[in-house]
Amino acid sequence: MSTKPPQTWAEISEAAKRAVPDGTWIHCPACNASLFHRALEANLWVCPECGHHFRLDAVRRIETLVDPDSFEPMDEDLQAVDPLSFVDLKAYPDRIKQARAKTGQRDAVRTGHAYIHGRRVVLAAMDFSFLGGSMGSVVGEKIARACEAAEAGDLPFIIVSASGGARMMESGFSLMQMAKTSAVLSRFHEMGGLYISLLADPTTGGVTASFAMLGDVILAEPGALIGFAGPRVIEQTIRQKLPEGFQRAEFLQDCGFVDRVVARGDLRAEISAIIDYTGK
Amino acid sequence: MTTAAGYRFSLPFDEPVEQLEDQIAALRALPDADRMGEELTQLETGRDAMLRKIYSSLSAWDTVRVSRHPSRPQTRDYIKMICRDFRELHGDRQFGDDPAIVCGFGRIGQRKVMIVGHQKGSTTQEKIRCHFGCAHPEGYRKALHKMQLAEKFRLPIVCLVDTPGAYPGMKAEERGQAEAIAFNLREMSRLETPIVSCVIGEGGSGGALGIAVADRVAMLEYSWYSVISPEGCAAILWKVANDETNRSAADALHLTAAQNLKNGLIDDVVPEPLGGAHRAPDRAGEALAAWIDRSLGELEDVPPVTLRRHRYDKFRAMGRVGTVQDDPESA
Repeated sequence: MSTKPPQTWAEISEAAKRAVPDGTWIHCPACNASLFHRALEANLWVCPECGHHFRLDAVRRIETLVDPDSFEPMDEDLQAVDPLSFVDLKAYPDRIKQARAKTGQRDAVRTGHAYIHGRRVVLAAMDFSFLGGSMGSVVGEKIARACEAAEAGDLPFIIVSASGGARMMESGFSLMQMAKTSAVLSRFHEMGGLYISLLADPTTGGVTASFAMLGDVILAEPGALIGFAGPRVIEQTIRQKLPEGFQRAEFLQDCGFVDRVVARGDLRAEISAIIDYTGK
Repeated sequence: MTTAAGYRFSLPFDEPVEQLEDQIAALRALPDADRMGEELTQLETGRDAMLRKIYSSLSAWDTVRVSRHPSRPQTRDYIKMICRDFRELHGDRQFGDDPAIVCGFGRIGQRKVMIVGHQKGSTTQEKIRCHFGCAHPEGYRKALHKMQLAEKFRLPIVCLVDTPGAYPGMKAEERGQAEAIAFNLREMSRLETPIVSCVIGEGGSGGALGIAVADRVAMLEYSWYSVISPEGCAAILWKVANDETNRSAADALHLTAAQNLKNGLIDDVVPEPLGGAHRAPDRAGEALAAWIDRSLGELEDVPPVTLRRHRYDKFRAMGRVGTVQDDPESA
């Protein structure tokens, strides 16, 4: 499977560049196979040699999941402010600008209505290439509004998570997005709404510890890293190497926290079947 | 200052105060101490002035250090101080009993309540047992189980938050740390009984929030509450955690009680005795009990459905977002 997940911002941004590499020939990070760009794209960015699931940005995620041209975005005008005037080695607004330039996205999630095999849904797709998919106020607000739209339209709600966790640069505001999104999902749950949580590589930290783990049905892509603490933090705590496969999707399924590990190519059929079973 | 574990500990900025304390103690120990009244008063006045000066201008990082002072009162200390007839309730009914979260029935003032709080541990043995206040999933599940018990019998819930964060270890992951916290967040948002929560020391990230989705949230004056610890933040964003970057991260995170109040993320700041709760635990307890009493008083006549709607609205409104229209340059 893929190599150890990144932990520092520098590594994360490097990994993000690797996530959807440009160029005609692409190197599979898991099996080293040289893959033709078009073939990989046609295979939904899954290595035909070894089954490695490449990370997808939000645009490609939506393309590979919903019926062609069916996505109608919502709340595209929402964007981050800098409530704490946060500066580390860089200023937060500069990080945001760079992420926008790199990804063409306004923040780390896209939300909207779409169809999956003809079934109308509300979809939120996180973008790990935008500041590590971190959840600040914009991500929290867009997820909350999307959930409210699903409730209003009595539609299935699907979140594709891919995130390093809460966004440090908004500190307490980011932390409270965990409470906010969980509260909105609580209401949706009480109203009988169907929420399918799909965990993509990687899903860790405050996103896992809030909406990602609250699905009526929780699906995960093969090999996805899923956890509360990142592997490096755990290794520092226990002072030893983690076993192979620890915190991967299959491991989470064995532990009882993921309902099904589903290959990317089967996701549409899987999600539409679940929608049918629930009668939504 | 001598800690419960029996060793001497003082924060660097407290050292001049400690020297004065030593002099005061030496004078008091003299056989003719009663004739030293004037000198004692003078020394004590000097000490108080010094404390006032130091503690009125603590940096964010120094506040974090006060919040971790080994003599700072913890959940079990507050329970002893402010609560009568405490009946501890153990276990999550699923896996085990996590000593890092303490739960039980108790009486605070005239009220019967359910108490839920992180316990870091005072002695070395207790610290190890409690994983220094870092709870495992069974701790969060125990907390929710007891909160639901409280809801069933209409008892208000009092949460005391004091954790560097939820435990980051293999067993915690295997048993679903993320799911346990997520489930608490969801369920606390809809409990039909009053919940008040106070950060008494450290409010580290999701591990703190897991018992802090409350109708009223407060922080003791020298506690901290943030999305990540300053060291964790420094290690990631500054690439290295050392005294200098920890200070920068602590400043950047706006983690103090006053800053969280200003940002609307908490409702109240509970003042601590001069020089911090560790200098006069009894008075810290009194202040905490007064806040609990006042907050529960404000909530007790609110119908449960209204209560949870207000709680929902409060957390739903949190966050600061802009739009492209506010900032046309970014379009």
